[in-house]
Amino acid sequence: MSMQAAAPVPALPSTGPAAARATGLSKVYGQGETRIVALDSVSLEFGRGRFTAIMGPSGSGKSTLMHCMAGLDSVSAGSAQIGDTELSSLNDRQLTRLRRDSVGFVFQAFNLLPTLTALENITLPMAIAGRRPDRQWLDTVVATVGLSGRLSHRPAQLSGGQQQRVAVARALASRPEIIFADEPTGNLDSRAGSEILGFLRDSVRELGQTVVMVTHDPAAAAYADRVVFLADGRLTDELHAPTAEGVLERMRRFDTGARTS
Amino acid sequence: MLRTALRNVFAHKARLVMTALAITLGVAFVSGTLVFGDTVTRALRDASAKNLKDVAVSVQAASQRSSDSEADDARSTALTSDLADRVRAVPGVTSVRPTVNGSATLAAKDGRPLNADNYGQNLATNYSPDTPHSDRDSRFPVSAGRGPTTGEELALDRRTAEKAGYAIGDSVRFATNGPALTKKLVGTVDTDDPRVRAGGSLALFDTRTAQQLFLQEGRFDELAVGSAPGTDNQELTGRIRELLPANGITVTSGAQLAREQAERIAENTKELTRMLLGFAGISLFVGAFIIANTFTMLIAQRSRETALLRAIGALRRQVVRAILIEAALLGLGATAAGFALGTGIATALRPLLDASGLSLPDGPLVISTDTLLRALVVGVGITVLAAWLPSRKAAKVAPVEALNTVDQTPPKRSMVLRNSLGGLLTGAGVLTMLYVSTQKDGADTNLKAAGLGSVLTLTGVIVIAPLLSRPLIRLAGAVTTRLFGVSGKLARENALRNPRRTAATASALMIGLTLITGLSVTGSSTNAALKDAAVRGLTADYKVSNTGFAGLDPALGAKVAEVPGVAESVPVASSNLGARGKFAALTGADPQRLGRVSDLRFSSGSLADIGPGKIALSDQLAKDTGLSKGDTFQGTLGHGHKKELTVVGVYQQTRAVGGAVGTMGDVLPYANGGKLDSILVKAVSGRNTSGLDQDIRKALGNSPLLQVQNQDQLTKAQSGMIDTMLNMMYGLLGMTVVIGVLGVINTLAMSVFERTREIGLLRAIGLDNRGVKQMVRLESVVISLFGAAMGIGTGIFLAWACGSLTRSSLSQYEIVLPWARLGLFLLLGLAIGGLAAVWPARRAARLNTLRAINAQ
Repeated sequence: MSMQAAAPVPALPSTGPAAARATGLSKVYGQGETRIVALDSVSLEFGRGRFTAIMGPSGSGKSTLMHCMAGLDSVSAGSAQIGDTELSSLNDRQLTRLRRDSVGFVFQAFNLLPTLTALENITLPMAIAGRRPDRQWLDTVVATVGLSGRLSHRPAQLSGGQQQRVAVARALASRPEIIFADEPTGNLDSRAGSEILGFLRDSVRELGQTVVMVTHDPAAAAYADRVVFLADGRLTDELHAPTAEGVLERMRRFDTGARTS
Repeated sequence: MLRTALRNVFAHKARLVMTALAITLGVAFVSGTLVFGDTVTRALRDASAKNLKDVAVSVQAASQRSSDSEADDARSTALTSDLADRVRAVPGVTSVRPTVNGSATLAAKDGRPLNADNYGQNLATNYSPDTPHSDRDSRFPVSAGRGPTTGEELALDRRTAEKAGYAIGDSVRFATNGPALTKKLVGTVDTDDPRVRAGGSLALFDTRTAQQLFLQEGRFDELAVGSAPGTDNQELTGRIRELLPANGITVTSGAQLAREQAERIAENTKELTRMLLGFAGISLFVGAFIIANTFTMLIAQRSRETALLRAIGALRRQVVRAILIEAALLGLGATAAGFALGTGIATALRPLLDASGLSLPDGPLVISTDTLLRALVVGVGITVLAAWLPSRKAAKVAPVEALNTVDQTPPKRSMVLRNSLGGLLTGAGVLTMLYVSTQKDGADTNLKAAGLGSVLTLTGVIVIAPLLSRPLIRLAGAVTTRLFGVSGKLARENALRNPRRTAATASALMIGLTLITGLSVTGSSTNAALKDAAVRGLTADYKVSNTGFAGLDPALGAKVAEVPGVAESVPVASSNLGARGKFAALTGADPQRLGRVSDLRFSSGSLADIGPGKIALSDQLAKDTGLSKGDTFQGTLGHGHKKELTVVGVYQQTRAVGGAVGTMGDVLPYANGGKLDSILVKAVSGRNTSGLDQDIRKALGNSPLLQVQNQDQLTKAQSGMIDTMLNMMYGLLGMTVVIGVLGVINTLAMSVFERTREIGLLRAIGLDNRGVKQMVRLESVVISLFGAAMGIGTGIFLAWACGSLTRSSLSQYEIVLPWARLGLFLLLGLAIGGLAAVWPARRAARLNTLRAINAQ
């Protein structure tokens, strides 16, 4: 497997048009001696209506990939597209608008506004855009994540799992092109974690949402339709319809491969 | 722990700069005041010492009337030429300079009066050569020309001559009490007299002329006695004292006189310094608020660090001490900067005053160690004191908090105690002020009650401010949400998040605005009352009067009547009237004609009933004395002349007329100097009155002391002083507001810092830079408006409550709200909010989204 790990993997065809696409994407930090290549010419497509997990050890560039694809960080070379929009061609204002209208986020540390109620947090992106939330859709989302009785609570009155459910609902509520989840279960116990992963998977299966999740937990990755593996800023492998054991196995092989190379 | 404290000071330097600035400004105010006060005292003392340098003994005579007649107000003294010669013959006496003092107001070359409103500063004296054979008076070194020697000549001080536009050889017009006089300018001199420096003038005449103008021929006000070197001046003083009549003459040694003057000067400047220090104290009080607030914020932010220190074994005492050391270091730095700034301000004040025509005698800048020590104690002391309470809070942080990984919102501490205390204080304050509002005069106890009530109310509002913040900020937030959508709403929520902090920040602004509003309301109410008093009941178009006390010659009434365009010229005299133990002004005029220039409302009788021995009383005087129409009483006129008087009418009191009205014939003999008080003029109706005032002036000889004022000018003459005072107060209290603004900046910077992660999230989910900026700006505006609203409200209440105290001296006083000005203050609150947010908002908008999201 070490040979395969060294060579870049060509983008695999997915069902339907891609919701987001990276082509020869590179990200370099610093200059000269301190130069670090975080992403090295990564090409990859995230299929529409699919749940993709990005895996890799610390420092593999998985978070950087997500940040670049989500328009949170700039790209050093290559292209990052959401739908047909080339992110590198947008200025800060346009990027902000793109994030607001086309991207949903779930972060590891919940990242809710403590002064707003659960419902206000969920509808915040629409409030920023000055749009009225689609009532019916909102009800569906709220019901899906099981928050119906807690909408008027403030984050401090909710458990960690409930807070993360609010974050998921916020990401879903504005029906974005794509949702990026950055270690969404990192701060949760395993039961709350699997609930959140279940919601993300359901949103893909039942609501047709596109989700990209960064994780280092094989059990979390097993919820995805597809897992891509990153190491040293390069795409090294991928797995369709993964199981936790399968992912663990790949990781282990990859680990030994990396160690022997 | 010192190292920890030092590190902390530097670690948070950007934020501490704002705090330090608050102290710096306060200390600058204090030290500037002290340095300036010392400098002024020194300069005045030096000037006075210089004047008295050659005076061994000073013989001063008290003024007395030259005759017993009321009609002759000529001044005289007991000091004759004869006595002067006797002093000159005393062994040890080398020189005697006899002087005559008076006042002369000049007309500038173009005719306009110079400094006529402060004619007491327009000095005049005799040019008295040092020896009979010399033409030099060493008090007044001649800068051009020569001293006056004949009755047709005068000399002026150099600055006055320049200001008036006179050159040597010009005819100078001036007045000493009444009509204009003219003399030829023969020289200019230099003088250091503070009164002249402060905008006055100096005119010098030869001795005989000065005596004719101000005293009586052969009389003097003062003898300055010089002695031979080695003379015992104390003993000489005694010898001269024995020589002169004790009645009306005081003999003082030069040294004693210098001491007395120095004391008087110190007393006067101390008064000014004390007032300025009062304002500086308010600034420092506001500064203390900001320091306490900043330290509270810093300590909350550092609680994990503190917990770690405690966990590894630091004692509570050590934690407190570290924070106090940090405060002391900060205070020290800020004080040093403030002291330098204050000294700079004191230095800059002199040229500024020079430019405004209020210059001081020359002298060095005086920086005493006393001033430095006081600045240090105030600056460092207040900083440490303000940090003390927050430091106690820091010590209460439990060591276990160091182990918490997730940042939690600190548990809400109960506000019950604070709110009840605030309620009690505010209640006590409001009750005291309500009591004050029922009092009718400015008696000492009432003033004390008003002071106590104001302090209680203000303190109470500060303590209860967190409770007030909820409804008021919700209200403001409803507006911002409606206008600015989600950033307005977030701003409201952020301002509500920490009511203590919001309240402390707003309170710092409130203090200044309360005082400014209180003064504005009092000022505008007093102004309105004074304006009303100045012209109410007066229907005349012009009032002709003398700016001095000398009054107008009775013959002038006829002259005014002859001026084309004058329909009615009514001479008015005024005298004291004593009636049943009460005293009032008795106006004398032709009753019929008085009716044409004034509007008197009679409740009984009428103007026509007034005649010799028959007078009308104002309702106020009638009430005070219990007299009514038909009563006859024994009145006292002028200086104790008894006269039987009958009351023939009662009218509504107006300031234009005063307490009683009688005939001119009854009043004029007892009027001051037998002169008129004023002449009231009615112009021919329908005629354009412009220029009539100049015609009247010309007809009366255009004396610089002559005043011809229309109703507008009469009103302005009353309000001008109050406006000037208000503007000065605004300037002094402005410093307090500036310090309050620093507090807002500080709080916002802290908010932005604390909410880095939230701002990152907002940016990630689509709030653009502008939205983030707007959010911070609106939070600032909401807090500032809250402070402004509290300040304006409290200020109006306090001014209203204290208003009644002036009613005894200003019967027309009614509260008048200067709406435009109050609106301006609210706008000021808005502007402060916007201004204070500039830097924090920019910082918030510049945060890197990714780093902000992952920030601790």
